[in-house]
Amino acid sequence: MKAAKTTLIAAAVAATAGLSLPAHAGTTLDAVLKKGFVQCGVSDGLPGFSYTDEKGQYKGIDVDVCRGVAAAVFGDASKVRFSPLTAKERFTAVQSGEVDVLSRNTTWTSSRDAGMGLSFTGVTYYDGQGFLVSTKIGVKSAKELDGASVCIQSGTTTELNLTDYFRANGMKYTPITYDKSDETVKALEAGRCDVLTSDQSQLYAQRIKLGNPADFIVLPEVISKEPLGPVVRQGDDEWFNIVRWTLFAMVNAEELGLTSGNVEEQAKTSANPDVRRLLGAEGEYGKDLKLQKDWALQIVKQVGNYGEMFERNVGMGSELKIARGQNALWNVGGLQYAPPVR
Amino acid sequence: MTTHTFKPSLPPPPMSVGPAAWIRANLFSNWFNSLLTFLAIYLIWILIPPVIKWAFIDADWNGTSRDACTSGGACWVFIKVRFSQFMYGFYPEHLRWRVDLTVLLAIAGSIPLFLKAMPKKLPYGLAFGLIYPIVAWVLLFGGMFGLAEVQTSQWGGLMLTLVIATVGIGGAMPLGILLALGRRSHMPAVRVICVTFIEFWRGVPLITVLFMSSVMLPLFLPEQMSFDKLLRALIAVMLFEAAYIAEVVRGGLQAIPKGQYEAAGAMGLGYWRMMGLVILPQALKLVIPGIVNTFIALFKDTSLVIIIGLFDLFNSIHQATVDPAWLGYATEGYVFAALVFWIFCFGMSRYSMHIERKLDRGHKR
Repeated sequence: MKAAKTTLIAAAVAATAGLSLPAHAGTTLDAVLKKGFVQCGVSDGLPGFSYTDEKGQYKGIDVDVCRGVAAAVFGDASKVRFSPLTAKERFTAVQSGEVDVLSRNTTWTSSRDAGMGLSFTGVTYYDGQGFLVSTKIGVKSAKELDGASVCIQSGTTTELNLTDYFRANGMKYTPITYDKSDETVKALEAGRCDVLTSDQSQLYAQRIKLGNPADFIVLPEVISKEPLGPVVRQGDDEWFNIVRWTLFAMVNAEELGLTSGNVEEQAKTSANPDVRRLLGAEGEYGKDLKLQKDWALQIVKQVGNYGEMFERNVGMGSELKIARGQNALWNVGGLQYAPPVR
Repeated sequence: MTTHTFKPSLPPPPMSVGPAAWIRANLFSNWFNSLLTFLAIYLIWILIPPVIKWAFIDADWNGTSRDACTSGGACWVFIKVRFSQFMYGFYPEHLRWRVDLTVLLAIAGSIPLFLKAMPKKLPYGLAFGLIYPIVAWVLLFGGMFGLAEVQTSQWGGLMLTLVIATVGIGGAMPLGILLALGRRSHMPAVRVICVTFIEFWRGVPLITVLFMSSVMLPLFLPEQMSFDKLLRALIAVMLFEAAYIAEVVRGGLQAIPKGQYEAAGAMGLGYWRMMGLVILPQALKLVIPGIVNTFIALFKDTSLVIIIGLFDLFNSIHQATVDPAWLGYATEGYVFAALVFWIFCFGMSRYSMHIERKLDRGHKR
């Protein structure tokens, strides 16, 4: 009797722990169309990625991806509602269907992609760990950091990456750990350490907090891979495709020179078959995605191409002033590459 | 005939009256106290002037962007620009009058309760307590009587903090009293249920309760069925605080001598009338400090809803500090949050002292 009871409990626990993923064949798009908006999970506040401006409008690169999805599905980028999620609740929110898309600076890893019933649809931002140093010490490359004292936030993977990097390059360092990222900034400013290490996207935000940002530079080296991308539930390929191709459409648009300003005109006048296919002037490529013919046109018109989105939120058009770097298009030395629409 | 006139009395020695005497008696009565005084003066000297310099003298007050903050002190422009967001969250700007009206109604409706001459206070109070929440809900959420619907995800700022705190307080108080009575009941089933409830909710941290409500609960519910996040938080806070209130009230019940119960029984009062007319009025009066203490703790605990991504006052401020346009002004934001929380908590504590004095009957020391 006792054994039976134990088995029962074990089964219940297993069902909970395994999060018992039911099959959701093609239901998300129908549900989204029915309720009339895309429910999108974003961060509870990360400079440049998702934050709210003075008017209470959501802004940021993660937010724009969701607007893009809404533009593709409804032809109206404003038909999206945002759920701010903490790092801990984000995956549950996708698994339980509370949000349709999770666009929350989430690193694409094998365990998350394969082990949690989630699917990453692409990479919105290639992030990676970098170094912020004072210009006073005259270092131009991370390879010259032998013997440096490094400010670091404790309990993060950045600590492990740092150890690996210095060991691989036969260098020594003194770690100075703090609990909060704001404390590391203060420490760097006070000269308690020579270098601050964190994800590159964070370093630029931290640099603004320094008294005189111009006295500090972000070194070019990136020592870890942190591809950030949107996440959907596993098992609904139809919805997965829509989210994936939203991003691809933005990257393709940049490659083809289409911007929010010229896209409508180009849709009418362009003779370039790639442009015509992407914007729905030729062929029925929207149909394959179960979307309207002009899905990509609406994305670019209302949200912009990838480059516009990047510059506006984190690039030169923003306070962060992050260089394109790895996030440049593939044909100018970056990693952003999208398969063609045809 | 000579009239005798008294000489005017001499003034007391200068060191025994006036400020000098006070200083001597209170600050320099022996070498150890003198040492402490100097230490305190030194601490004030090194701490206060920089704070004043930062917060007032060097502060920037005017402007609309971070470019206005050049003098090196506090940048109150940041608070000014974001102020309405700190108060209302994302509540649509053209509908904010509804929030104001809700607050005004609360104030106007509770004025009669403070008037001495008001007759039939109890029925009025009960009616107000039952009707007001419904009116407030209709006003804030809308969706009926031609009012546009405002999703709870758009609620935020101080408004959300107050909603959580008032619902928590309003719900926890009656529930807590019932639980306290239940725990002292002679009926085993009622007692066991109440004890289990109280011990369960007191045994887990609020943060865990909130976390469970937002992370585990959705997994057990069927697909696409999602409870409102705010509702989950409200229920969690209410049940949690009810358990604490129950124990505070039980302390009061235990302080009432057995003779009071017996006397009430001898008068022929049944259980509910005995409790309502004799025991509870005395017991609750005794535990006012404990109850208010719990409420102040609850008010401050509301900021824990940051765990489940609700934008209360604290989280709204945190959110504003990550706007790239205002990075680096977190200190100003947190100082502002502290000030607002302090005003409310201090208000509650003064009010409780007032009530204690007003209701004091014969226990005065």
